[in-house]
Amino acid sequence: MRTFSYVRAPDVETALRAVADEPNAKFLGGGTNLVDLMRENVERPDVVVDISRLPLTGVEELPGGGVRIGALVRNSALAAHPLIRTRYPVLSQAILCGASAQLRNMATVGGNLLQRTRCLYFYDGASACNKREPASGCAAIGGFTRNHGVLGVSEHCIATHPSDLCVALAALDAEVEVESTRGTRRIPLTGFHRLPGSTPHVESALEPDELVTAIELPAPITERSRYRKVRDRASYAFALVSVAAALETGGGTVTAARLALGGVAPKPWRAVEAERVLLGAPATEESFRAAADAELAAATAQDGNTFKIELARRTIVATLRDLTSDGSAT
Amino acid sequence: MRVNGADEPLDIQPQVSLLDALREHLGLTGTKKGCDQGACGACTVLADGERINSCLALAVQYEGREITTIEGIDHPLQGAFVRHDGFQCGYCTSGQICSAVGMLAEHKDGMPSAVTEHAPAGELSPAEIRERMSGNLCRCGAYNGIVEAIQEVAR
Repeated sequence: MRTFSYVRAPDVETALRAVADEPNAKFLGGGTNLVDLMRENVERPDVVVDISRLPLTGVEELPGGGVRIGALVRNSALAAHPLIRTRYPVLSQAILCGASAQLRNMATVGGNLLQRTRCLYFYDGASACNKREPASGCAAIGGFTRNHGVLGVSEHCIATHPSDLCVALAALDAEVEVESTRGTRRIPLTGFHRLPGSTPHVESALEPDELVTAIELPAPITERSRYRKVRDRASYAFALVSVAAALETGGGTVTAARLALGGVAPKPWRAVEAERVLLGAPATEESFRAAADAELAAATAQDGNTFKIELARRTIVATLRDLTSDGSAT
Repeated sequence: MRVNGADEPLDIQPQVSLLDALREHLGLTGTKKGCDQGACGACTVLADGERINSCLALAVQYEGREITTIEGIDHPLQGAFVRHDGFQCGYCTSGQICSAVGMLAEHKDGMPSAVTEHAPAGELSPAEIRERMSGNLCRCGAYNGIVEAIQEVAR
């Protein structure tokens, strides 16, 4: 690993000042992704600002039924939190489907937003990668693409965002609070991550001097929500396809729906086309299939990931069926 | 650093991982380096009683935290692993034991898992153990013995 200087920040202000005039600095939270990428020489910061001791570890109920989650809450603590388990089951389930218990004990919520793709060509320093080295090309296109994206990809990059947690956050209308020496602002989670277009190295709306300080969730549309993940082994693997869904029905009709997909796109993919089809439609398998078709109409596949389109379609239908199968869809 | 109940003065660069600090600087070679990228669990240690991958931890970040390695563990799991053939080559075993110690504490604290909603409340079934221990790979494939050993101690 390259050498770097290490700063341990005792408070947010010190952390923000430490990066304000330092273009090549990185915040270190749980370290589960950053330390790995530094060892692989993909991330090469000159300064590492350790924020793991900042007091951003609260999970608080907000007036109106929402919840505020400190950026340094550990994944395991959030998954186990009673407020999250009862009001946002999809979020607890998504976290518990990700990584391993050891990693969930280390990894922070803020860091999860900023974790980078596990595209093997991105990790492999010998391969062309527009994300790692802008304008160097994309070795994944025409390569081994089983894990790559089918929605929102570009001719410059087909890597997927690896998070489970963010997929649930996208479905839950989360907002990200970010802070810098210039002030505080809020970014909707669905606008936080960027599609690759011709600049795959620009992955989020976050400026280099900004720190994620909290995530806020509005009151859920329903406590009936679910995360379903399909992967190559039963545990401790990234998603081939995942679905986060919340569904409210009345009189046999869908009255509210939130749907997001993981494993298929460069960002946590809010399925707005599917939601449009679902709203007001009968809560039947036929509608679920029509919703999935609408969302996946724009999908484009490589040789190795064509299966993801059909897998996503089936996983969407199965997840929505799960949410209505106990007879409560009246 | 605080390791296995003792203060261990260390003068190291910030890029040294907790794993390398333990093995190379403190001579505690019970903790193993498998993949060195958080994929195998061989390097699992406890930090303030919680299991973590020491390969992805910078040692400097854990200054003042209570680190427990296999050298500091005296637990019924160790005998159970022997009785149930919970290993073959032994390379993953210290990680498996540290991970299982942390896992039993998590389960006792009510930590859910990805299979909990399908399982009877409170019971540490083989499916629960497999899910909760999925961060520890055993390339000899001694999983059946590992699960039996943990289940015996959990009862």
